Amino acid sequence: MLEYINIFYVIFKRDLTLTFREKTDFINSLAFFIIIVLLFPLTFGSKSELLNTIIPGIIWISALLATCLSLETIFRSDFEDGSIEQLVLNRYPLILLVSAKILAHWITFGIPIIVISLTLGVILSLSNEIMMALFITLILGTPILSLLGSVMAVLTMGLHGSMLLSILILPLSMPVLIFSTIAIQNASLGLPIVAETYFLAGILILAITLAPIAAASALRIRLS
Amino acid sequence: MYKWIHQFGSPKYFYDISVRLSKWIAIVCAISFIGGLYGGLVLAPADYQQGDSFRIIYLHVPAAWMSLFVYLVIAFSGAVSLIWHIKITDIIARASAPIGASFTFLALVTGAIWGKPMWGTYWVWDARLTSELILLFLYLGYIALQSAFSDKRIAARAGAILVLIGVINIPIIHYSVEWWSTLHQGPTISKLDKPSIHLTMLIPLLLMVLAFKTFYITTLLIRARSEILEYEYNSSWVKKYVIK
Repeated sequence: MLEYINIFYVIFKRDLTLTFREKTDFINSLAFFIIIVLLFPLTFGSKSELLNTIIPGIIWISALLATCLSLETIFRSDFEDGSIEQLVLNRYPLILLVSAKILAHWITFGIPIIVISLTLGVILSLSNEIMMALFITLILGTPILSLLGSVMAVLTMGLHGSMLLSILILPLSMPVLIFSTIAIQNASLGLPIVAETYFLAGILILAITLAPIAAASALRIRLS
Repeated sequence: MYKWIHQFGSPKYFYDISVRLSKWIAIVCAISFIGGLYGGLVLAPADYQQGDSFRIIYLHVPAAWMSLFVYLVIAFSGAVSLIWHIKITDIIARASAPIGASFTFLALVTGAIWGKPMWGTYWVWDARLTSELILLFLYLGYIALQSAFSDKRIAARAGAILVLIGVINIPIIHYSVEWWSTLHQGPTISKLDKPSIHLTMLIPLLLMVLAFKTFYITTLLIRARSEILEYEYNSSWVKKYVIK
């Protein structure tokens, strides 16, 4: 058991170190996210009532697009230098190793997205209820994107172009987007958001239990 | 039993069977298509509420059903090929995808044409329309993934994982009109209850459903045959067949 925790930690730490040593991908995807969000106030003018209604949705769409960009990198360097084969060949369960990589992706990508979104919300003067709903949906939704996206990243790794990855991820992440934006709309009208929160939490638990299994078996198929 | 499965799984056997079957299935398709269209467009009375525009149901409902059915076929054969590595299910999944995408597209287009006189708009963002649109994109993603690999075995199994994840969308589409009360009307036919439709309208609809199903099988067999020839281009029976 201790051995498993240890190997999980080793892989997790390795991915964090790699991300922070090679900052360009990490910084680029976050910069991309911020730029997309900030394009909208420029084009729609800075009327705050309009922004209040559309900015949370825009933050969500930008997060989704930035996820597509960042997920391409999650397995790419491992695939290129062949270390992914070592992951598959060693005696530890592959599901565990893949989960460590996904967790590392969420820590290095999902959490910065949440922090930046809340900061942008303050700058663009969103109301408190909307900020709260945005925070809850992002903290439940971004791990779902990392989990789902990692499966797609495995399926498309080494194939040319990141367009294919986006085409696979975007339709499957629409339910998350729909529930999140409904929650934010309800919050802006002062309605409870419990139902949508439960739905997102349910999807998250489903993704935590199934996505690593799917990613591991996809990895075996890709390297067979 | 196992012998039969093994035999059916062999591409040569499937090829021979499909050559013999597809003619008869095509005849059933043609007869039920003509019968269903005549019954639906001429014999059936106009709807008391929707007038003559309800008649598009004879294309819309079968197409929408088939869009779900074909997806389930792909998902089922994907699961089978992941578990048992049967070649023929790879081929069935691969050959079904473009047909299923076309059915989905047809369902969306006929729905939009029906929506204009009934709802006053071609498109609304309600649950069923949105989830059907997602289904179309799932099909397109599957086809794109299939064409990205040069090795067809790996393509089939990678596609199977994608389709099995997307299968969660199917119950959402099916029950969306019951879970959320939206602009889309409720189901016309449910298997357990008495159908909410008169017999003269129902029989052409069932004929059209039969026609769409047999059309799917016919096109599937034709597509699968050419896929088999491509898969098995190295084996001796294909050479014999092509030379003959």
